[in-house]
Amino acid sequence: MININIQKTLHGSSGEMDLKVDLSIVQNDFVALTGQSGSGKTTLLRILAGLEESRGVIEVGDEIWQDSNKRIYLAPQKRKIGFVFQDYALFSNMSVEDNLLFVKKDRELASHLLEITGLALLKNRHTSTLSGGQKQRVSLCRAMMNSPKLLLMDEPLSALDPSMRTKLQNEILSLHKEFATTTIMVSHDPSEIYRLANRAVVLNLGQVINEGTPKEILLQTSGSAKFSFEGELLDIIKVDVIHVAVIAIAQQIVEVVVSQEEIKRLSIGQIVRVSTKAFSPTISE
Amino acid sequence: MLEILSQIEFEPFLLSFKLAGVTTLILFILSVPSAWYLSQTKSRSKPIWEAITALPLVLPPSVIGFYLLITLSHNSPIGLFFDEYFGIKLIFNFTGLVIASCFYSLPFMMQPLQGGFESLNKNILEASYLAGKSKFETVIKVALPNMKPALMTAIIVTFAHTVGEFGVILMVGGSIPGETKVASVAIYEMVEVMDYEAAHVYSVIMLIISFLVLISVYIFNGKMKRIGQA
Repeated sequence: MININIQKTLHGSSGEMDLKVDLSIVQNDFVALTGQSGSGKTTLLRILAGLEESRGVIEVGDEIWQDSNKRIYLAPQKRKIGFVFQDYALFSNMSVEDNLLFVKKDRELASHLLEITGLALLKNRHTSTLSGGQKQRVSLCRAMMNSPKLLLMDEPLSALDPSMRTKLQNEILSLHKEFATTTIMVSHDPSEIYRLANRAVVLNLGQVINEGTPKEILLQTSGSAKFSFEGELLDIIKVDVIHVAVIAIAQQIVEVVVSQEEIKRLSIGQIVRVSTKAFSPTISE
Repeated sequence: MLEILSQIEFEPFLLSFKLAGVTTLILFILSVPSAWYLSQTKSRSKPIWEAITALPLVLPPSVIGFYLLITLSHNSPIGLFFDEYFGIKLIFNFTGLVIASCFYSLPFMMQPLQGGFESLNKNILEASYLAGKSKFETVIKVALPNMKPALMTAIIVTFAHTVGEFGVILMVGGSIPGETKVASVAIYEMVEVMDYEAAHVYSVIMLIISFLVLISVYIFNGKMKRIGQA
């Protein structure tokens, strides 16, 4: 069990903000941390890792990592944390294998991890010659080397293309299954959260505003609505006698007919929800 | 030409290189921790320390020489202390030159190192801490190997700058053959006695060495950039 109860004043782009998080995480959980940028997700990870100070308590099992009232503050070196940075943060002066061995001189574990992630043949390569996906794999393996009590990942896959993401998601999943490491991952990608996490926490302006299973958090239909998507209103075009709203949803653009009355409530750039009620869709190739 | 070369005393050159080598070594050992500290600190006194370490860049060498003379001579408590307890004189000998050079060349070691530390990706340092490594180990095994161009610049430019030192040496060391008469001082004396031939030979050697040193730094840094380690 990991108990987190911390507080820190942040000076963000939108002025001062209080990061206040009270969270318990069960052993072996895979928690996805999501929310708008600037809501304090990365800072929370850094506080857990001991890279940033805060007020409050962090308990991991029977160990106290931080208790600001008792002036207890365990250095990052002693927390046994695995951390995967968004920009990989590999040691470019070392080979792939040496990046892993730097954490712990355990060749067996290193080659096992490299085997799982398909890097075995690249172990002597210099990290500067690797592709983005390969670098993030090395970073993931390196984070697992000290058998961490807590694995923290800060948007680990956001810099990769979609197919590479899916591959790495599978590898993260198999590593999680094998090592059962309690994991917290910052992610913006709903499909990633759904596939990997068993719990999702939504942070907004430093506060936890929602938590539950990924399905509860991500499924946004309400009432009798069957399909429901959030998107940005790009334009309203008048076509003959009707008006068509152009809305960007994820990577696609859709057109929806809107009435004269509705137009009055809408403004370009607004985030809107597009939903339909019961109908029978057909699927075609 | 060969005749001229065989008549030339090479002792001043050897002395210049010995002085530069010792100075570079001492400055490296002292500057790595201080440059690291300045690169990491958020203390408000940082600009003061940065200004102090950069002072030798702008002060006339005679000013540095003058203050060093006053502080290290037998008439000052420091000079007296070293003489009485250790029997070491701090001016007009090689020891004095080393001390003076360390002050004079300090910014040439400090600034590239501090710049190098500051330009490192902070995440790799943190990754090292999270791997359980102390700050010392992180500096030696992660920071320094990842800033080779800065390291190279610091060491070579400090060495070269110390070889090219003149004013401070003249003030603190004088011109004692084999002890404080370095190449630059030797040239000055040759010109004074109008021995232009020897002055030419010495100057050309200095010019070539300086050029080779600088070009090797630039070639190395260019290579590091190409392989993406800069």
